[in-house]
Amino acid sequence: MAEKPKVAFYWCASCGGCEETVVDLAEAVLDVVAAVDIVFWPVAMDFKRKDVEAMPDGAILATFLNGAIRTTEQEEMARLLRSKSKLLLAFGSCSHLGGIPGLANLFDRESILQSVYRESPSTVNEEGVLPSLRHKDNGHAVELPGFYQTVRTLSQVVDVDYYIPGCPPTPRILRTALQTLLSGELPPKGTVLAPDYALCEECPRKDSKPENLSISQFKRPQEVLIDEEKCLLAQGLLCMGPATRGGCEAPCVQGNMPCTGCCGPTSRVRDQGAKILSSLASLLESKEAAEIDQALATIPDPVGSFYRYSLPSSLLRRKKLDKSRTAGTPVR
Amino acid sequence: MPDAKEATLQEAWQEGAAKANTDYVRRRITIDPITRLEGHGKIDVFLDEAGKVERAYFQVPELRGFEKFVQGRPAEDMPQITSRICGVCPTAHHMAATKALDDLYHVDPPPAAKKIRELVYSTFITEDHALHFYFLGGPDFVVGPEAPAGERNVLGVIAKVGVDVGKRVIAMRRRLRELITLAGGKVIHPVLGLPGGVAKHFTADMQKQFQEVAAEAVDFAQFTLQLFEDVVLKNSDYVSLILSDIYTHRTYYMGMVDDNNHVNFYDGSIRVVTPEGGEWKKFRPREYLDNIAEHVEPWSYVKFCYLKPVGWKGFTEGADSGIYSVAPLARLNVADGMATPLAQQAYAKFCSILGGKPVHHTLANHWARVVELLYAAERMKELADDPQITDSTVRTLPTEKPTEGVGIVEAPRGTLIHHYWTNDQGIIEKANLIVATQGNAARIAMSVEKAAKGLISGANVPEGVLNKVEMAFRAYDPCHGCATHSLPGSMPLLIRVRDQSGNTLATLRRDFNGSVHRE
Repeated sequence: MAEKPKVAFYWCASCGGCEETVVDLAEAVLDVVAAVDIVFWPVAMDFKRKDVEAMPDGAILATFLNGAIRTTEQEEMARLLRSKSKLLLAFGSCSHLGGIPGLANLFDRESILQSVYRESPSTVNEEGVLPSLRHKDNGHAVELPGFYQTVRTLSQVVDVDYYIPGCPPTPRILRTALQTLLSGELPPKGTVLAPDYALCEECPRKDSKPENLSISQFKRPQEVLIDEEKCLLAQGLLCMGPATRGGCEAPCVQGNMPCTGCCGPTSRVRDQGAKILSSLASLLESKEAAEIDQALATIPDPVGSFYRYSLPSSLLRRKKLDKSRTAGTPVR
Repeated sequence: MPDAKEATLQEAWQEGAAKANTDYVRRRITIDPITRLEGHGKIDVFLDEAGKVERAYFQVPELRGFEKFVQGRPAEDMPQITSRICGVCPTAHHMAATKALDDLYHVDPPPAAKKIRELVYSTFITEDHALHFYFLGGPDFVVGPEAPAGERNVLGVIAKVGVDVGKRVIAMRRRLRELITLAGGKVIHPVLGLPGGVAKHFTADMQKQFQEVAAEAVDFAQFTLQLFEDVVLKNSDYVSLILSDIYTHRTYYMGMVDDNNHVNFYDGSIRVVTPEGGEWKKFRPREYLDNIAEHVEPWSYVKFCYLKPVGWKGFTEGADSGIYSVAPLARLNVADGMATPLAQQAYAKFCSILGGKPVHHTLANHWARVVELLYAAERMKELADDPQITDSTVRTLPTEKPTEGVGIVEAPRGTLIHHYWTNDQGIIEKANLIVATQGNAARIAMSVEKAAKGLISGANVPEGVLNKVEMAFRAYDPCHGCATHSLPGSMPLLIRVRDQSGNTLATLRRDFNGSVHRE
């Protein structure tokens, strides 16, 4: 019997939803298990780091790594799995673009630790204890991995072959990506394994998008009763559809809420936030600077909305660090 | 069956242990990683000179800092942002956040909206509890804690109860999750919650689909309960295991109840009972800060919850220690009963067989979870059958200025608290999140230590320690959302016996298929 291709799954800074998608293949997951040999999957199996270390380089056909890189341990594992895998796939928004945990790049590490362990209103911590990398407790040395200043995408740490977009990728996107890999006809390196058109193209409300859409101000979803049939942008809601890759079949829109951009931009766009800004600007009714400012001011959180999933991979990448606050800490 | 594999294993242990005994006086046992934790979990056990357990540390080496980076985000984005805390229980965070928004905007959702939310939530609880029982906790009982490790997994469960049941579990789960997609857009990270309501109303067709699956879910839950009773309660070995001291802790318990003091996952007051079982306090969500505090240890990224008025007294149990427990057992301990008829029967039986409340036996969580599964399915059916569920009015538009809001739900794994403060534009200035597993963090740490102390004595650590230590924390469903990731039910473990300077003296590994060998 020919040896089945070896596959690995690993999980860094993320919520686990991507691996839940694997299980959401439901009955089809049995076909996957039949087609490949899973050699590393810490949520389910006991193949250890040292088992991976013992493998020859390139022994694994494909590693699906979800999650951004936030801790020293995650970086070490990303490097290890890169060297052992022929193909490394950034699986889901966090490893592809940085994801929602990437919004932490709007702050520095110190303020995060302060906020969580010292300033939180329910935390009682008179001595200001913080988790420490190496701690002696009654003579027992207990260790924790380090927490970097900046959240990075997988490709900012190691070389990545393919990307599977989505928060999480839908079962359909995952299934198609798996079929592509198993077919042996590999697309060019760096390909995002999903259709390369904007979400609006496949949106069920496409036909209700006016030819000449013009917007004078944006509405927040709690301010309006949302029509369940009509284009959300046409209702004045900030929908990321025009700046977001399709393939997911617009489940959020089917839930009657706007797209928030989790699949990232298409291949023709370098920066998703810049793309939506230019799309929205072209839809604004007024051509007067002051009125344009006024209209854009109705978007309360441009960075958090335009770069909800993509801040670490964007041209902005992170908020500038205040060097006086971060002296002596490893800055990345 | 004591086979050659086990004999080799026994030999391996003896050899490693003897070596350790001769060469070193102080040892450390590391279990790393505990693979059903979100991200990673690790246990470090330190032995004293006599080889007795001195201290065990249950560590969570992960932090993403949600409380900080949500600052500056519009409050209405919180249900979708905070669901990314956990991809297996996103619906719990989504719902806690949505309720916090109601409070923040001082807005009361229309009746249909509340019912839709609770219906979706009950669907989620049903799916999540069923999975835990069949895939994670069940194998220990259905197959047996002493069964060959290779059978102690979901495949073993299927072998014992039949392939049809296995297929039924997978299909049930898929159908329940399809319903959440139908109502919430996505099952992983739904989009339905808004301050004052839900984004999408229920059509008659949606109601019909929910009704069909709900009726089936009630049958399925009853079947599961029967299975538990047949397999576990009729086996005196299991009963004495559940009752054994190693898996027993006398702590406070916390959970949400309705006006009749019945278990409620979606809404109500927080009730706490003492280790003796009397009501310690019942408080509204807004009063949580007076009652709950978090303790920081330098050796873990997770914070440990305790009752603020009682105080943090270290990792100790009893009425003087503020440590409390959450999740299924805790919820049944704080409630006076269940709000649906079949679940109430199951609840009464649970209390009477276990000798009255509070039940302090950690392993009884498995039974409590199945009682709750039945309640969630029955509640799902009640709501799906409610004619008001298809009312098209599902939004109350907020008119007041946002200020501060608290939202609490019972996540499958315990009481989940979201608390936001905003400026008058509804932009988050501060957020406080107390997640379910934090409520159990201190008790899990104690349970692991107690199991280690009870099972590890001297250098001769019996092989059974692997599964017995696992069982001490598995009952809490400590996977932080990973129960469904574990297709195989056997938790893989690595135990290393090390000397003081970290040199490995012996390593035992149990694989994913359950086989145990020495490295």
